[in-house]
Amino acid sequence: MDTLAEKSLLKKGAEASLFLTLWHGRKVVVKVRIPKKYRPAALDEQIRTYRTVHEPQLMHEAKAAGVPTPLIYMVNVPEASIIMEYVPGQQIKQLLNKAPQSRRRELCVAIGELIGKLHRQGLIHGDLTTSNMILNPEDKIYFVDFGLGEKNVEMEAQGVDLHLMKRALQSTHYQFWEECFKNIMRGYSSVLGVESAEKVYEKIREIERRGRYVEERKQ
Amino acid sequence: MKKLQIKQQNSEAFCLGIESSADDFGVGIATFSGEILANKSDSYIPVEGGIHPREAARHHADVADKVLRDALTTAGVKPRDLSVIAFSQGPGLGPSLRTGATVARALASYLEVPIVGVNHSVAHIEIGKLETGVVDPVTLYVSGGNTMVTAFEAGRYRVFGETLDIALGNCLDVFAREAGLRHRKGLSLGAAVEQLAAKGKNLVSLPYVVKGMDLSLSGLLTAATALLQRGCRLEDLCYSLQENAFSMVTEVTERALAHTEKKEVLLTGGVAANKRLQSMLDFIAEEHDATFSVVPLEFATDNGAMIAWTGVLAYTHGLVTPLPESYVKLRWRVDKVDVPWIH
Repeated sequence: MDTLAEKSLLKKGAEASLFLTLWHGRKVVVKVRIPKKYRPAALDEQIRTYRTVHEPQLMHEAKAAGVPTPLIYMVNVPEASIIMEYVPGQQIKQLLNKAPQSRRRELCVAIGELIGKLHRQGLIHGDLTTSNMILNPEDKIYFVDFGLGEKNVEMEAQGVDLHLMKRALQSTHYQFWEECFKNIMRGYSSVLGVESAEKVYEKIREIERRGRYVEERKQ
Repeated sequence: MKKLQIKQQNSEAFCLGIESSADDFGVGIATFSGEILANKSDSYIPVEGGIHPREAARHHADVADKVLRDALTTAGVKPRDLSVIAFSQGPGLGPSLRTGATVARALASYLEVPIVGVNHSVAHIEIGKLETGVVDPVTLYVSGGNTMVTAFEAGRYRVFGETLDIALGNCLDVFAREAGLRHRKGLSLGAAVEQLAAKGKNLVSLPYVVKGMDLSLSGLLTAATALLQRGCRLEDLCYSLQENAFSMVTEVTERALAHTEKKEVLLTGGVAANKRLQSMLDFIAEEHDATFSVVPLEFATDNGAMIAWTGVLAYTHGLVTPLPESYVKLRWRVDKVDVPWIH
């Protein structure tokens, strides 16, 4: 680790802190899962280790599935840290609200296609929000933060994944979340086929009905 | 001195609020300037099992006049002095909500004053703000029927995380009942679990399910119950159940805090009474340079005062509920409600 240059804090998230630094001449992001002292040490270590080990594996498999993710350079399990490629660009979160409708549509369809590619390979992102998607200068969307992801081929997991995407849109892009989600589903079904996509869509509705205080839920 | 105070109060306008969404029938009286003059309630305690909606509604109908009278006497307010009646319009149990709504309609019609239907979850946040003095918090609302993280954004309280299935209080209550614990006056099931958890030593491995901004508790409950039946020590299970469940809600709250960058954390709902949960949230608040406040128990559990105060906010911002639209909304989400009193 002594080759790491001065680190600057890029983002302090809830789950991990991201630092920007140089590593062997490369601009990298160091993701560190700092111990959370509010939970018991044993539980905390279990959670941080699990996520640190699984995240790079999932990112690697996502690449193979055709979804751009940052390259992993190094994983340090005892420290619960990951050194990965720095992807320049902007978060979709920041772009979406400013983009004109046609551009918004284009981005959402592309996002839907990427989610479809993940699900087709049995990969669940686990935290699909527009802040976990980066558009690089070559107009390529990268998915980041697979810490809550898993390998799962069940439709239930796919449904929850998309349900979370929808919920993220509702809280962050409430002005036009419906339009965005529709276009994401459009991109999604172009990859998975209309029939499978419709089944997942029905699953999302089932998951929503299971939740608390959902209007269309059956008595 | 006391007389003078009442006289001053009488020059003000009053709102009476009725809460009846679950097992509590509560009546609160608030002045338009935000003084709570009375907050009375009577709880339905099931002989066994959870809340039976029909029995809860029957209880509410039985105690309504007593609680109303009690609140008016305590506040020193005559029914004729009331300017508006507020009631909990949802979410909650249908029969319970309807009983409260019926009382509200009858009272309002008799006194010829308007009624305001209030969203129960919004009311929890508003009374919390009034009582603790916080202004723009990330709120964790955890009770027998609700588990959600909310924060104000563009005209509404938005949900930044919630349970995908059962509520936190429900999870603890059902586990407690499975363990043979009983709800007694003065000691809720949650408090009983908390006491046992304090004697727990070993952390038993249980599911930890955070899905993005949301969480799931049903698997945790099932796993804990199964271990209980297999003879695992109750104290250890209570401890592990709490640690897992509270860590999950705390992680989700921290996420919302990091995302919204707000500087206040507010904890409310019946589970807010739990000291362990309080300490976890206090911890993350400090990490994000935010303040942490807990709503006092009287105002954190379901109560009439929160409905009265939210009724004042709504009414003074031009909102009233016409009688034909005063039907109860069992699944009225907090993020469907405009809150024009916040700018």
